[in-house]
Amino acid sequence: MSGRAWVFGDNVDTDVLAPGQYMKFGIEELSRHCLESVEPNFAKEVQQGDIVVGRRNFGAGSSREQAPEALKYLGVAVLIAESFAGLFYRNAINLGLPAIVCADSGRIRAGDQLRVDAGAGRIENLSTGETFACEPIPGHLLELLNDGGLLPHLEKRLARERGAAT
Amino acid sequence: MLERLGAKVWDPDKIVLITDHYLPAHDDESRRILRTARDWAREAGVRRFYDGIGICHVVLPEMGHLRPGMFAIGGDSHSPTGGAFGTYMFGIGATEMFGVLVTGEIWVRVPQTVDIEWSGRLSEGTCAKDMMLAVCAKLGLDGAQYQALQYTGEAISALPMQERMTLCNMAPEVGAQTGIIAPDEVTLKWLESTGVTGVDPSPWQGDPGAPLGAQHRFDASSLSPYVAAPHSPANSAPVEQHAGQHIDIAYIGACTGAKLEDLRMAAKVLKGRRAASNVRLIVAPASRRDQEIAQAEGILAAIMEAGASLLPNACGICAGYGENRLTENEVAITSTARNFKGRMGAASSQVYLASPYTVAASAIAGRICDPREMLS
Repeated sequence: MSGRAWVFGDNVDTDVLAPGQYMKFGIEELSRHCLESVEPNFAKEVQQGDIVVGRRNFGAGSSREQAPEALKYLGVAVLIAESFAGLFYRNAINLGLPAIVCADSGRIRAGDQLRVDAGAGRIENLSTGETFACEPIPGHLLELLNDGGLLPHLEKRLARERGAAT
Repeated sequence: MLERLGAKVWDPDKIVLITDHYLPAHDDESRRILRTARDWAREAGVRRFYDGIGICHVVLPEMGHLRPGMFAIGGDSHSPTGGAFGTYMFGIGATEMFGVLVTGEIWVRVPQTVDIEWSGRLSEGTCAKDMMLAVCAKLGLDGAQYQALQYTGEAISALPMQERMTLCNMAPEVGAQTGIIAPDEVTLKWLESTGVTGVDPSPWQGDPGAPLGAQHRFDASSLSPYVAAPHSPANSAPVEQHAGQHIDIAYIGACTGAKLEDLRMAAKVLKGRRAASNVRLIVAPASRRDQEIAQAEGILAAIMEAGASLLPNACGICAGYGENRLTENEVAITSTARNFKGRMGAASSQVYLASPYTVAASAIAGRICDPREMLS
């Protein structure tokens, strides 16, 4: 997949990604406020296939999965960061949104065009010609992502188990 | 969703359901969310359903559902609170929780142990919240890298259970998956008081010489009250650095900071005093049980006589819900866990985190102040 980079700093937290006061209104309304306190135009301008890049500890804070869900709803195709908060990382993968750990995420500039190979663990910066190695996603999580997230993955697994039982 | 997958709950007897975030319902959306929870408890056959009696992390051990050696997960990031009971417990999101409800399974990468050792004894006017803010200052928001904190040392052994809960509760603020404390006599006493007997704590102790991912040492006896400035718990420093800061609201609330022990601390400062006229003092006891005991002990009266408004036993302002959430440019000092930008209301509001002692003292002074001035 390839797309345009939006670049953020360290510790982008879940309250910034999914502000609590809009949580009850559902994902469509909530996503309009995603990242607004640090980048007011983000929700308006982000496009299908764009890539969100953070530095350390992206997604710090709460267990609310609306944080990755809002990004996915807005069309973000993949997340890249030096590190992710553990809970956020789990939530992103479970929703089928790839989260790629890349030590060089700080070398990506806003607006760079990136091509990402999540399976191989490689990012190409088409704007600068650089290539970055990333941590490969563990096999069982890659399987989840390939199925489109935990729910479709479970659906497949349960159908298979029922098939085996009959 | 269960229907779509043709699935059933794997074991209703291993599920506890507690309502706390959207209480009290003050609009149609909150009412709908709570209604969904109530209907689901009935349909799924979940018998351990606690509706509106307090915050899940506090109610769960109150009702005797946690014990050493358990492996448990919760649908909220502060679920590591259970680590105070020697339970390995952490928070997950809604989709992953659904997977657990259906399969009874979850994946974990075996964590490294990060030892947080506290020697010495706390002095008057300091508590677990100050200890944890000092840990946040040293480790930073991602210092623990999703590993497991274990709290050890003389100062930890001396803490009552609800203070231990505060330490484990805030393990996520340094990026840990969980925080855990080995069970001892204090743990067993609490368990017995909730009807849990026959627990052998010996298998659930750390092995001597076990490899550690990291070790951080702190001294409780020289610890000052700590305050975290906006907008991060890691932005913590001894109270004198923020003394004199103007505040509009003093909030004693949440699983982190409104348990019975927290209310006792607040009352020690508030007794016989009145909150400053420019400060709204708001108290939301973390559970009904804790509120009832506080009432019986006369603590609640001391708090109310200081001019506090009492809110229901729920997450309230800490999670940005309800009519009392912070408005534009309001400055609050709170006993809660997290002060990220906009969490408790408007993006321009400012939240300082502190202990119940410091929040109470600041309410009286009308500005951030060292509670030790009012305790001596």
